[in-house]
Amino acid sequence: MSKKQNKLEALNLDAYYGDFHALKGINIAMEEKAVTAFIGPSGCGKSTFLRTFNRMNDYIDGFRVEGQILLDGKDIYQKEVRVDELRKEVGMVFQKPNPFPKSIFENVVYGLKIQGIKKKSVLEEAAEQSLRNAALWEEVKDKLDKSALALSGGQQQRLCIARALAISPSVLLMDEPASALDPISTAKIEELIYELKNDYTIVIVTHNMQQAGRVSDYTAFFYMGELVEFNKTKTMFTSPKDERTQNYITGRFG
Amino acid sequence: MKVSEKIIEGLLWLSAAITILVTVGIIWVLLSESISFFQEVSLVEFLTEKEWTPLFADKKFGIMPLVAGTLLTTFVAIAVALPIGLTIAVYLNEYAHARMKQVVKPLLEVLATIPTVVYGFFALTVVTPFLQQLIPNLAGFNALSAGIVMGIMIIPMISSLSEDAISAVPRSLREAAYGMGSTRLQTSFGVMVPAASSGIVVSVILAISRAVGETMIVAIAAGQQPRLTLNPLVPIETITTYIVQVSMGDVPQGSLEYKTIFAAGITLFVFTFALNNLSFWIKKKYQEKYD
Ligand SMILES: Nc1ncnc2c1ncn2[C@@H]1O[C@H](COP(=O)(O)OP(=O)(O)O)[C@@H](O)[C@H]1O
Ligand SMILES: [Mg+2]
Repeated sequence: MSKKQNKLEALNLDAYYGDFHALKGINIAMEEKAVTAFIGPSGCGKSTFLRTFNRMNDYIDGFRVEGQILLDGKDIYQKEVRVDELRKEVGMVFQKPNPFPKSIFENVVYGLKIQGIKKKSVLEEAAEQSLRNAALWEEVKDKLDKSALALSGGQQQRLCIARALAISPSVLLMDEPASALDPISTAKIEELIYELKNDYTIVIVTHNMQQAGRVSDYTAFFYMGELVEFNKTKTMFTSPKDERTQNYITGRFG
Repeated sequence: MKVSEKIIEGLLWLSAAITILVTVGIIWVLLSESISFFQEVSLVEFLTEKEWTPLFADKKFGIMPLVAGTLLTTFVAIAVALPIGLTIAVYLNEYAHARMKQVVKPLLEVLATIPTVVYGFFALTVVTPFLQQLIPNLAGFNALSAGIVMGIMIIPMISSLSEDAISAVPRSLREAAYGMGSTRLQTSFGVMVPAASSGIVVSVILAISRAVGETMIVAIAAGQQPRLTLNPLVPIETITTYIVQVSMGDVPQGSLEYKTIFAAGITLFVFTFALNNLSFWIKKKYQEKYD
């Protein structure tokens, strides 16, 4: 039995928006094919940290990082790394569903098309597979050419997951993927995350403690830009070491 | 309190009424004079005759040469302004830093404030001689130079309206595209421009409307010779320049020659009216889509 590899690591990571020190000396190592949840009060830096793993913060004027982010042991902030290649390996699902104003089919195959794949049979097969993996196939198989904007919020979010899966990343970053959805859709997404971790390394930001408890193997608690505690979810929720963690998970603030 | 509000309300009503009255007045003059024109010249001749020679002894009243001249210069102008304007819009939106934007935008505004007569002489004395070195059989007066310079003048209109349209696209779509591994080019032309397409189309229609109505540049650089042709290398005349030419000359008021101004004017009015309505309609549809 080989020990699981570390898929993602942060080494002494600091991040700044201009003068504002948003992330402070973060060290963490996340296991391959496990679900890691980021929790913490709003504004503590969860999204900022999540977005360093696919360098989504690069477009923000004045944003910079110090330290290292490793994907499979390689520093993704090195000069020679191409962000577009990186993001094919590290997919992302956003807080609000953001399908393109195109058909359902075009949404799912978008990532393949920009890689130059044009063959219809290949695209169709990939679309079906990704939609099945995102537990959406049965609901949309008869209306693939309809606008994605006509779907419900929950369906749109699963479409966005399918779209991310279609380019076969190995990591999936999810920033509060269910916070804009109703309870039934939320349950579907959680079920889906549970399925997906067989094949993907998942990092999920959530402000919902129960959700973190249900879906994650590991939990990281952030507070004011610092990683306060990182442990197996069970351990963290039953016996938190830090007082701040304890206060947070018992709902005393945040 | 009550009284002053009544007065203000009255003043507002008055200014609205004046605007409407002036518009109605213009349309009424245009209509009545053109009706009396069409009592002497048949609509069929006006629309099918291939020559426009109202000021000659052998009078012919076919509007087609003027329409062709107008469409030709407009087409050249849009062919110049659309690619450049759209590229600038995408550049400002996707590539330029905030500081670069602060420099480029005012510079573009300057283009829009240059008087058209200056553009006209620029076309005649700079662009035409330059183009003649590349195209030896280019006439001294031609639709090409006038169209190109008109296009340059229209660039700010397309670039700023298109930029507005692109920046109105939800930020989340750009993130979706980048998150899927799109390059900047793929993001802007594959996602942002299509999502902003109705706004961009509106900018182009307004630009066409502007080009159709443009007078000074073509009057100076395009030759004032009505000719039914799609060849941009020879002198032509547009609807607007014809109107200027006749208005400046000394045709007697009330004569048939005089009435041609209104016939040409109403043709122009039909064009720009249709274009503006089209853009209005597209804008409305587009807003519905995003609600
Ligand atoms: N684009 C930005 N520019 C400046 N400050 C930002 C920006 N985005 C986030 N911040 C700040 O960084 C901190 C962390 O934000 P964020 O990572 O979004 O927190 P969380 O996701 O935990 O709610 C907050 O104080 C926020 O105000
Ligand atoms: Mg957040």
